[in-house]
Amino acid sequence: MKRHLLSTADLSRDDAELILATAAELRELADRPIKKLPALRGRTVVNLFFEDSTRTRISFEAAAKRLSADVINFAAKGSSLSKGESLKDTALTLEAMGADAVVVRHGASGAPHRLAHSGWVRSNVVNAGDGTHEHPTQALLDAFTMVRHLGGSGAKPSLDGRRVVIVGDVLHSRVARSNALLLNTLGAEVTLVAPPTLLPVGVESWPVETSYDLDAVIPKADAVMMLRVQRERMSGGFFPTAREYSRRYGLDGRRMATLQDHTIVMHPGPMVRGMEITADVADSDRSVIVEQVTNGVAVRMAVLYLLLGGSEPAVGGEE
Amino acid sequence: MPAHPQHVPPSPTTDSPTSGPQASADISRVVLDDSDITRALTRIAHEILERNKGAADLVLLGIPTRGVPLAERIAARIAAVEGQDVPVGSLDVTMYRDDLRMKPARALLPTQIPASGIDGRTVVLVDDVLFSGRTIRAALDALNDIGRPRAVQLAVLVDRGHRELPIRADFVGKNLPTSLLERVKVSLGGIDEVDAVTIQGPATGEVTA
Repeated sequence: MKRHLLSTADLSRDDAELILATAAELRELADRPIKKLPALRGRTVVNLFFEDSTRTRISFEAAAKRLSADVINFAAKGSSLSKGESLKDTALTLEAMGADAVVVRHGASGAPHRLAHSGWVRSNVVNAGDGTHEHPTQALLDAFTMVRHLGGSGAKPSLDGRRVVIVGDVLHSRVARSNALLLNTLGAEVTLVAPPTLLPVGVESWPVETSYDLDAVIPKADAVMMLRVQRERMSGGFFPTAREYSRRYGLDGRRMATLQDHTIVMHPGPMVRGMEITADVADSDRSVIVEQVTNGVAVRMAVLYLLLGGSEPAVGGEE
Repeated sequence: MPAHPQHVPPSPTTDSPTSGPQASADISRVVLDDSDITRALTRIAHEILERNKGAADLVLLGIPTRGVPLAERIAARIAAVEGQDVPVGSLDVTMYRDDLRMKPARALLPTQIPASGIDGRTVVLVDDVLFSGRTIRAALDALNDIGRPRAVQLAVLVDRGHRELPIRADFVGKNLPTSLLERVKVSLGGIDEVDAVTIQGPATGEVTA
């Protein structure tokens, strides 16, 4: 039975297209005076965040509230989690409170999987980022944004044959992995660009191309996604200096000038201006970074609706 | 489409194996053919104009799937008579259904509200079959979240009876007495191959509903 959204690898093309189509309808809600639908009335969604996050938590909270669900926010700081309570005891507490869905972010890769398959909770589990593993709703909102800009106007928008370049700290990026898998499912061609030290072991087995040369790759791209250098996850020297990193792997005005006219620039946030992206690029017409945030709410609404709205979920991984 | 468990909505996917009058194992008979449907819609268009004393401030909202082409056809006839375009849109009621939790989550259908909005206007909801009335209740709730129309009226191609809520249609193409065991299937060019309304199911004489 399909119950959880833990990885974009669990999504078939039909699943992914259903989520994107549902999100497209829900996106219209943002333009209405009453931004609320009754679909999840009486359901409880718990945001369980073991790692700091502002935009993802707020985005999930807005999504659940617009669907009329009750939202409980459970952050590690200031809760019993900081007193040493285990994931299991936290899960049992949530189960006792009657949570219908748990949106979990955790520093350890695989924590949402553990939560979903341990038998501790009956809720639907949505992965909101686990360690350096996956962040499926971010990948879905990125794909949604790409479809809106690049998907054409046919009856069924698609990313078939579109070239997406993902640049930067792939090693520590759950966004890159989720995007690589999902975009491949949707028919796009993904190229990862990073210094050799920031590409993960085993990247050969991913459905992507890799390159160390940003200038050679971006003129053909339809979308360029810049990743943040995750200093907080680094325990050594991955590149000589920040300045050298920016020079070789940052997106500045000069590189932006080599892009095709229709190419969009994306960033999952939070941005470090001056590091992986310069301010003039981030604020340019090509940048869809603010739109990604708006689309995030619609995509998360779609995921929550499809998992919780009916008698059984319509998308997601196998139990 | 009424949200009644016994009613199978005439959607292309669920009905494709039994579509077409002769494909069904059950007895299937055509009750309205394309010219009947054309005449019914023309009459409905005139009745709408008569009731509202013209086309001013009218908005037609079709309920997907088959309410939408019906709304467009009615709007085209109104435009032909009055020489004035009437805004047409669609209103998906999926999230407002009372049986949402009884089935797997369903894909949403398009909602397109005309740019002029519905505030202060007369909204005519258009659907293919009026059955339990639950779809229309959901549509009224959905309208409530979009704006405040001056009045809401209902036009349907077929009223097959068996209401479960105090809801009635203002404009009816054809009153069709049916048994609960029968299925009413509306086909419309553009979505389906032909224009037709058919009843599928056991012969009427043998049924005690």
